[in-house]
Amino acid sequence: MLLLSLYWTFTKIGLFTIGGGYAMIPLMEAEMINRSGWLTAAEFLDIVAVAEMTPGPVAVNAATFIGYRLAGVPGSLLATLGVITPSLVILLLLGRFLMGVIQNPRSERFFKGLRPALIALILTAAFSLGQEALVDLATILIFAGLLLLSLVRRVNPLYLIGLGALLGLILYPY
Amino acid sequence: MQPEETAQVQQVSLLTIFLVFLKVGAFTIGGGYAMLPVIQREVVHRKKWLDQSVFLDSLIVTQSIPGPLALNNAIIIGQRLRGFSGGLIAALGVITPPILVILAVASFLFPYFRHNIYVQAVFYGLRPAVVALITAAALNLARELLRGWGSAILTAVLLAASLLFEIHPIAIMLGGGLIGLVIFWKWKV
Repeated sequence: MLLLSLYWTFTKIGLFTIGGGYAMIPLMEAEMINRSGWLTAAEFLDIVAVAEMTPGPVAVNAATFIGYRLAGVPGSLLATLGVITPSLVILLLLGRFLMGVIQNPRSERFFKGLRPALIALILTAAFSLGQEALVDLATILIFAGLLLLSLVRRVNPLYLIGLGALLGLILYPY
Repeated sequence: MQPEETAQVQQVSLLTIFLVFLKVGAFTIGGGYAMLPVIQREVVHRKKWLDQSVFLDSLIVTQSIPGPLALNNAIIIGQRLRGFSGGLIAALGVITPPILVILAVASFLFPYFRHNIYVQAVFYGLRPAVVALITAAALNLARELLRGWGSAILTAVLLAASLLFEIHPIAIMLGGGLIGLVIFWKWKV
């Protein structure tokens, strides 16, 4: 049952990850932490960090990792299969039909309303995960400094991750 | 280099498609926006499977359908080259390296080193870094996508709703889409 539920949960996540990896964060948070209690917020943040640092699409990495944590190798394969199912079905089976739907003016208006929703959701996820990650002055400074770097200089996320790791090593209250 | 010229009309083998996307999956770190330029280099410049404009068209489809970007793009290109099986094999190629790497990390490295003090120090710094990345992703999206006050107000309303009430993200997305359908049609904001 856990395997089936993992597969279905990650299919939902794949289906509603629109416009790139960060759209999956609020969904994963809702499904993994709030609804099922499968992970704590800190575990989730650690997994996202590892997913960013390892090769491959971040959503696939996160699915494999979470699937493994919850149900071993079969779990990791089913979670990964789940997250790629919507892409495969939409592109390989529904291709032409769906392109017509996407290019319909009504769909464009729907997508225009979807973008504000995505922005609101990602901000909400940042807010609730932030309560778990920003535990003292040092972590608040790491957050603020890296956010500023990312907004002003558009630094590659990978460098920001590296910098975060380095600052953690220096500032950790040993 | 005569065979090179005829290579374009010949059918690309499934094995070649698999290997190219295996390479993309194995050597690009940082997700979609880091991977797409690598795919472009491989399929447009090295293999010359597609020309630049076809690749740019594929990016539009890539971004307008659900799913991880690099995966979508791999499926579209594989499918263009060899139909259904090409798409499937490209997807398989791009996800194989991450599955192996993550299984190695999750089964061995992570549990083994997790309680090491220096690893804990690294994650102490990584957590706020990830939150900064997530916040920056939202703010950059807002900067790029929010044109006109209709979108801005809709964002504020949906943000308030999702912060104050426990509404499932899928409900917020569908709600936003449906409100968009109405307000961008009726008032053209």
